[in-house]
Amino acid sequence: MVPFAYAAAASAPAAIRHVAQRRDAEFIAGGTDMLQLLQDGVRSPSELIDINRLPMTAIEVGPKGARLGALARMADVADDPRIRAEFPMVAEALLASASPQVRNMASIGGNLLQRTRCLYFRDVATPCNRRAPGTGCPALDGENRLNAILGGSVHCIATYPGDLAVALVALDADVHIDGTRGERTIPVERLHRVPGDAPHLETVLEPGDLITAVTIPAGAAARRSHYLKVRDRASFEFALASAAVGLEVDGGTIRAARVAVGGVATVPWRLRHVEEALVGRPLSADVIHEAARTSSDGAEPRGRNAFKVALLPRTVERALRTVGGLA
Amino acid sequence: MSGSIGRPVSRVDGPAKVTGAARYAAEFAPVDVLHVALVGSTVPKGRIAALDTRAAQKAAGVRAVITHLNAPRLPYRPFDERPEVDPSVGEPLRVFQGPEVRFSGQPIAAVVADTLAQARHAAALVGVTYAAQAATTTFEGGRRRAPKAGGGETRRGAAVQALGNAAVTVDAVYVHPREHHNAMEPHATVALWEGERLTLWDKTQWVNNDAVEIAHVFGLPDDHVRVICPYVGGAFGSGLRTWPHVTIAALAARLVGRPVRVELTRRELYTSVGFRPHTEQRVALGARRDGRLTALIHEATAQTSAYEEHTEETLSPARVTYACPNVLTRYRLVEMDVNTPTHMRAPGVATGLFALECAMDELAVALDMDPLELRLANYAERNEEDDLPWSSKELRACYRMGAERFGWSRRAPAPRSMRAGAWLVGYGMATALYPAYRSEASASATVFADGTASVRSAASDMGPGTYTAMTQVAADVLELPLDRVRFELGDTALPKAPVHGGSITMASVGTAVQAACEAVRAKLGAANGRSYAEALREHGVDRMEATAHVEPGDESKRFSSWAFGALFAEVRVDVDLGIVRVPRIVGAYDVGRVVNPTTARSQCLGGMVGGLGMALLEQADWDPRFGRVMNANFAEYLVPVNADIGELQVLFAPGDDRRFNPLGAKGLAEIGLCGVAPAIANAVYHATGRRLRTLPITLEAVLV
Ligand SMILES: Cc1cc2nc3c(=O)[nH]c(=O)nc-3n(C[C@H](O)[C@H](O)[C@H](O)COP(=O)(O)OP(=O)(O)OC[C@H]3O[C@@H](n4cnc5c(N)ncnc54)[C@H](O)[C@@H]3O)c2cc1C
Ligand code: SF4
Repeated sequence: MVPFAYAAAASAPAAIRHVAQRRDAEFIAGGTDMLQLLQDGVRSPSELIDINRLPMTAIEVGPKGARLGALARMADVADDPRIRAEFPMVAEALLASASPQVRNMASIGGNLLQRTRCLYFRDVATPCNRRAPGTGCPALDGENRLNAILGGSVHCIATYPGDLAVALVALDADVHIDGTRGERTIPVERLHRVPGDAPHLETVLEPGDLITAVTIPAGAAARRSHYLKVRDRASFEFALASAAVGLEVDGGTIRAARVAVGGVATVPWRLRHVEEALVGRPLSADVIHEAARTSSDGAEPRGRNAFKVALLPRTVERALRTVGGLA
Repeated sequence: MSGSIGRPVSRVDGPAKVTGAARYAAEFAPVDVLHVALVGSTVPKGRIAALDTRAAQKAAGVRAVITHLNAPRLPYRPFDERPEVDPSVGEPLRVFQGPEVRFSGQPIAAVVADTLAQARHAAALVGVTYAAQAATTTFEGGRRRAPKAGGGETRRGAAVQALGNAAVTVDAVYVHPREHHNAMEPHATVALWEGERLTLWDKTQWVNNDAVEIAHVFGLPDDHVRVICPYVGGAFGSGLRTWPHVTIAALAARLVGRPVRVELTRRELYTSVGFRPHTEQRVALGARRDGRLTALIHEATAQTSAYEEHTEETLSPARVTYACPNVLTRYRLVEMDVNTPTHMRAPGVATGLFALECAMDELAVALDMDPLELRLANYAERNEEDDLPWSSKELRACYRMGAERFGWSRRAPAPRSMRAGAWLVGYGMATALYPAYRSEASASATVFADGTASVRSAASDMGPGTYTAMTQVAADVLELPLDRVRFELGDTALPKAPVHGGSITMASVGTAVQAACEAVRAKLGAANGRSYAEALREHGVDRMEATAHVEPGDESKRFSSWAFGALFAEVRVDVDLGIVRVPRIVGAYDVGRVVNPTTARSQCLGGMVGGLGMALLEQADWDPRFGRVMNANFAEYLVPVNADIGELQVLFAPGDDRRFNPLGAKGLAEIGLCGVAPAIANAVYHATGRRLRTLPITLEAVLV
């Protein structure tokens, strides 16, 4: 671990200014991902700016939707009865994440920005384009069981590992950012970047950008929603495939559908073509099957992760059947 | 006075463990202790061409950077007789004695600094240039490199011929991956020199041998090294040998003239303390229509390192589990550029049983016979390999008790015929067995005028409950309440004990404790009704001590001693998503006399959890291009979590094996892991109709 300076931020503007000005300064929230990366030598910031004292922990839920402060803890959001009632897929995605101990520490903002679990990314003795640009991508032909079948490039196929962001993308949530040029709001779906030829650029955030909150619009499809996570062990493991789905059904007809998937793609991955295949159709097992069948369209499997091509449509189908009352 | 043996006594060391009073190796902090961080090689084979330690040396807090360029040549005095825990062929890895790199992760430098953070930082600054050489990093590549005879071949009858003539046969290959012990406590060593005398606080399963090994490395008289290890936070075999980091601790402390501490990181543990080797096995069975075995061929090929031949008892189950006139076993090793594998809970036996017991299940299917009936039809009434009677064997009772409790009779024979909602249900079973060994051991017992006693042996307690069981044995012989007896272990200053492995501690140290306590009573002439205080007064002393050394007799020439078990598992399979869950496991065991049902049950529960991991989760993700375990951490090397564990039931068949030793206990540790994985694999077959012969049985293998 490289020595670093540590300071607690007194205010958001001060924190933003500090991190924007100093090369290699980083925010730290719950520290649950940051500490692993420091210990493994994957990251070596010169300074850590602790943002935990900033007033960004509130969880607000109103008729239009929810606002989650960036420092709300995963456990608190998952346990909030209003979130459970209005956004079941959000609560379920959080409860399926990590362990109770980690969820007590980890923040919503940090969760969105957690780094990939790609085995090579986290072992500094191996090359990795994402960690050390230009060194190559050993995952392409290596131990890539955890890696992505969607959204990859010849430079990187790292899976975006988080669960929450998948649910947020399904629900058209926004992320609120405060930076040196003021505040701005972007869809969560535009926060992460596919690797392309610059896998080290993971998000659209700029130096000093601070996530302040996430807002999630309310709606019938958010209320009738579900998060299904498939993995080897029953708990405390990242997704091999996951699906965040929501349906709005009226008189037996699907009026709106939300489908996003995780564990299989380089960024939280919305399946709009699956949604389109559902909307306007009767809610039935056949319609769901036909729509879900195409979930892996365009997938590029690479060896050990090939099973995800078959697993993904089934995961989507199962999640949709569950939320449709057809499981 | 009613004895405590056989009663469910809580762990006597429990309060110390839960309050943090128990001290583990890394927690011993002599005054002025410094910290050591290691630099591991990043190529699997080659030479260190250049080392740049300038930046590391200049870093804050650094006291020394030790490499092969500045380390003294260590004597590595040869052994007259090799320690039984070391492979009999090859030479252990030497530290900092030359530029050769034999595997990725080999320690090639050590940094000593004031704080651990400083040491780790400086270690990252050490620059290394390698002259890499072509490495053998695949099993197939190892096969092509001269295969080694390993344990060789055993024959009983004419198995190849009998297989050719058999009415019904099965013949299949089973693959077992490289697995890691992954005990909770990382290995750690604290070293302190006082002149030519060395004290080590070290995580080890054998303090006596640890001292001898290090004495040989440094060319010291054996008694100049003292090793202390009162608590072990799990080891599963990783603490049997004395690994290079122990030498590094002693060397670093000597060079800087201060005590030092080495604590391995989780990633370092994957290359520093051995592992269960990748093993490929062929099992061919021939049987008559009535199920009686006529031929059994079991061949195993296991990986080892390029510098040592680690062999294990993979094929002993094939030779003794069932009655069969024609048995052929063949064991081979393939050499790879990896660190040396080592013993891991039920070494070899668990690996071999996985293949044998899955093959028996396949035979039951081929015969259209109930798997349990098939086992009973081939029940071995004696050890046919050694041609000896069993000292005791209650396996029939285990089968019966286990089947009854599990509800085996409810099993519908056809695969895919049982369901629970959307889940396919499967029932599977397997036989378990593990040899019961006994070794020579010593113990001492002292009684005091205040009616307390202190009993000692340099044994170890890596979790099974040695402290508790020995306290029980001593209390019973001394006729004292448990809380009046204190048992001490884990220190070479105490009477010598054998290795804490192979499930021998109860039978060996327990017998010594019993003898020492009997001896002190005899010395005092403690007769009925007279208190120790009175007896001591009559002798005019305030304490009385006796020491006993016990050795096994010729019982192993007259009898064959094994622990047995029968495992039953239920699985639920979601074939669409490939998910396998295990709602319950029932194990019935014959371990001779059960000294403590509470700790005995815990042993078996731990074995079931480990076996579930072996069946469904555990494997090193190996990248042959780098010769590295890529998932060398607890997030990606999967072991079961609480949510994976359903109902576990442990039953013990009544037993008391006085032919084996005076305590009647056969040993209970390794057996807990045996048979669990094949019972689960067989249940997966029953649930799905698919025979999966490679462990772990992953989601993608089940997905159809
Ligand atoms: C063993 C383990 C298992 C896990 N399993 C799962 C799982 O199954 N599913 C899942 O989704 N997650 C899982 N996680 C990841 C966990 O959810 C994340 O580590 C956690 O959410 C990160 O939050 P944090 O507050 O601790 O972030 P930190 O570690 O403090 O920070 C992470 C990153 O975010 C940046 N950051 C933090 N807050 C802000 C902000 N407000 N604005 C800008 N930048 C910020 C930091 O600079 C840093 O780069 C697991 C983690 C562990 C350790
Ligand atoms: S997939 Fe991406 S993160 Fe993984 S090794 Fe390749 S470049 Fe690195």
